[in-house]
Amino acid sequence: MFLRETGILAVAQISDHFHSATSIFTPAATPSHSIYTLSQLVLSITLGIFLVVAGLLLLALIRYRHRPADPKATQEPAQIYGSNQIELSWTVIPILIVVMLFLATARVLYSTEHASKPPTALDVTIIGHQFWWEYHYPASGVVTANELHIPVSDPRQPQPTYLTMTSADTDHSFWVPRLAGKKDLIPNKVNVMWIDPEAAGLYLGQCAQYCGVEHAKMLIRVYAQSPADFAAWLAHQQEPAVQDPAAAEGRAVFEKNACVSCHTIAGTVATGRFGPDLTHLASRDTIASGSVLNTPANIRSFVDNPAHFKPGALMPAMHLNDHDLDAVTQYLTTLK
Amino acid sequence: MATQIPIPQAPTTAILDETLEPAGPGLWLEVLHGWVTTVDHKRLGLMYIGYALLFLVIAGFEALMMRVQLAIPNNTFVSPQTFNRLFTMHGTTMVFFVGMPILFGFGNYLIPLMIGARDMAFPRLNAFSFWISAFGGLLLYFSFLGGDGLYGAGTAPDVGWFAYAPLTAKAFSPGHSTDYWTLSILLSGIGSVGVALNIVATTICMRCPGMKLTRMPLLVWLYFVDACMVLVVVSPLTAAQIMLMLDRYLGSHFFDTQAGGSAVLWMHFFWIFGHPEVYVLVLPAFAFANEIIPVFSRKAIFGYPAMVAATVAIGFISLSVWAHHMFTVGLGAGANTFFTLATMIIAVPTGIKIFNWLATLWGGKIHFTAAMMFAVGFLFQFLIAGLTGIMLSAAPFDWQLGNSYFVVAHFHYVLVGAILFMIFSAFYYWYPKMTGRMLNETLGKWHFWIFLIGFHLTFDFMHIPGLMGMPRRVYTYEADRGWAIWNMIVSSGAIFQAIGTLLFVYNLVWSYFKGPVAGPDPWDAWTLEWATSSPPAVYNFAVVPSVQSRRPLWDLKHPEDPDSNYEM
Repeated sequence: MFLRETGILAVAQISDHFHSATSIFTPAATPSHSIYTLSQLVLSITLGIFLVVAGLLLLALIRYRHRPADPKATQEPAQIYGSNQIELSWTVIPILIVVMLFLATARVLYSTEHASKPPTALDVTIIGHQFWWEYHYPASGVVTANELHIPVSDPRQPQPTYLTMTSADTDHSFWVPRLAGKKDLIPNKVNVMWIDPEAAGLYLGQCAQYCGVEHAKMLIRVYAQSPADFAAWLAHQQEPAVQDPAAAEGRAVFEKNACVSCHTIAGTVATGRFGPDLTHLASRDTIASGSVLNTPANIRSFVDNPAHFKPGALMPAMHLNDHDLDAVTQYLTTLK
Repeated sequence: MATQIPIPQAPTTAILDETLEPAGPGLWLEVLHGWVTTVDHKRLGLMYIGYALLFLVIAGFEALMMRVQLAIPNNTFVSPQTFNRLFTMHGTTMVFFVGMPILFGFGNYLIPLMIGARDMAFPRLNAFSFWISAFGGLLLYFSFLGGDGLYGAGTAPDVGWFAYAPLTAKAFSPGHSTDYWTLSILLSGIGSVGVALNIVATTICMRCPGMKLTRMPLLVWLYFVDACMVLVVVSPLTAAQIMLMLDRYLGSHFFDTQAGGSAVLWMHFFWIFGHPEVYVLVLPAFAFANEIIPVFSRKAIFGYPAMVAATVAIGFISLSVWAHHMFTVGLGAGANTFFTLATMIIAVPTGIKIFNWLATLWGGKIHFTAAMMFAVGFLFQFLIAGLTGIMLSAAPFDWQLGNSYFVVAHFHYVLVGAILFMIFSAFYYWYPKMTGRMLNETLGKWHFWIFLIGFHLTFDFMHIPGLMGMPRRVYTYEADRGWAIWNMIVSSGAIFQAIGTLLFVYNLVWSYFKGPVAGPDPWDAWTLEWATSSPPAVYNFAVVPSVQSRRPLWDLKHPEDPDSNYEM
């Protein structure tokens, strides 16, 4: 009884380990679904080939092992040099399998890369940076970072999101496995991909092309929202930054320091473009490109020295005194 | 089956040479002088192998450090910068300073012996190639001291072994670490081209009487194709390195994206080298299998002409598959379709090879020596590596799998599961020829089983985090993704592999002094290297042999039933 229970527990624990928020086998959008279907075909064919060939190999190894007890053990086996018919058969059959696989692959490839773009599609421009993501919504002028908000796409009235991608520095790759395969962001090159999440929710991913020291902490969060929620989010993001008089001191610290050379906060003198737009920083769930939760304590540590979370991040340690740090932290937390 | 016309003036097929070398070692200085100034293909071969083994241990240690770091999420065993240097050095070392030299080492040692020649075609070029490659390796590791120049020590290259632009541009890679990387690869490339030239010339010009191209041992055939590929594919790599140096020091803008250069151009240059390079590394492994599997199955290789044709086909097709490394770059549906097809087609000649090995085993009397056990491991693991390769060739599937740990698992299945297993096999098989003593078989079998367990723990389970979205080249990962348990298993396997490798190194040293004396032909084999003493004299053969079939020693041992009666 005890054994059985622990057995069940062990199986449950093992199967738990196959669950992942980033598994390619739990697709949630059209591109990832079509890849998933293709992968099932490819996996079953390769599994079939494996079973046949490995089975024959195993059979040969067992059946034709040298048996010292055999009276003819010292005699050489019959020497067989080859057979053109057999060679032909194991050339032609694999060719047929390859043709079949190729045609199935080409169909998925064209249906994804040459999908027609509906007029309702949302456009977002993604610019990769060392080590964060910049998102522009050209139609509404919204600029944000690291957390991508897009509408859910209803299959009856599809509203896919088209991502136009490039890089400001080194190569990056945008990969949210449950939504689509990855696509690279390359300087001096513009790539396009599309995603259409079928259900609201948070989809995780991360940079998939080595881009420098903090490649590992260049995480992606995609928030798929109902069209109404998305519209509300977009409207809020279009507004200038909150001006909270209680945080005036922090704002002054921010504006006096080098922060403004790299960050933008709409409606203030901060118009830098090297770092993420902070206009609505407090509306995000995470900071440091998804590395840590957006809490006042984390913001304070990050401003003090980004190396606390991301050693090698391009933002320098700001060397603020404790008072200024508190003030800036307080200011940043008001930027809803 | 055409019968061969016998050569009247060659009554014997080969001559066993038992001449001993003059005994008595000289002063150590003389010994050293002898090795440093040698142009003997056997000594150079051994030096290649020794230097590759040294780097194998170093780069293996780098892999261990990475696996310690990744065993648990958010680990801080090494810093991000150190981790990035580790994977750059590990990859660069394993490809350029382990894989290439060890294979060239075996080729250098074996090719003249197997074709009945007394040396390579250009012995001095051979020595030059070795020393220039060795210098390249030293330069790569000197970067640990000199990479940052006077600013401080401790900066090895950290741009990854494929060093994508523009990470290598001055703006993103200040200091000299990238320069050391570039120069070391340039030098190793010069060495590789030298060896390749030598192998091509030796194969064409130095074969003993009677050894027509159709009678050449398959090992030599595969090395010949391999050398031709090296000549073709190292050139674009060298060109790209020179362009990169021009970018970094003379203000050109090939890859400097900030001045309008192209990052994609580097990818093309690198992968038109980089993918065929995989085949450059794997063909010698196939070559070993083509010699070892028949001998321990006690049968002639099945389908010799098909094996040669498949090798040549792989050589050509492998030159047209490079952009399958670039399916996510945005080359467009047309290019992706072409490279999907080209990549899938290469499975056909590769499959032919596996089927022919299978047919060679079929009906044989298989002796499971340590060498054969590693070869059997190779067969299964190469089969799996090929099948995961087919998965990756389907471009849309690759959009998910590419640059994930699945890819890392796939190519380690090729490099370790296939190539390294075959290299181990080759050691157990040819060590007696090279040293005159047998490797300890019991230790060899322990080595096999421990390494096999370690290999499968590491590289089987490494596929899983890839399927679950874990990208490669990350110094750490999030705890909530479900990758932790798999990474722990992967890391624990690395320990077994390390123990297995240490056992192997111990065996190499112990057997050199204590191993049983091998004699000229311990495996009852059929090719010419077994027709001379172990180790062979400087001149290889006292009398240049002449052959009438692909297996001259078979003919010698079975004069009533020589191979030449049957060969296709």
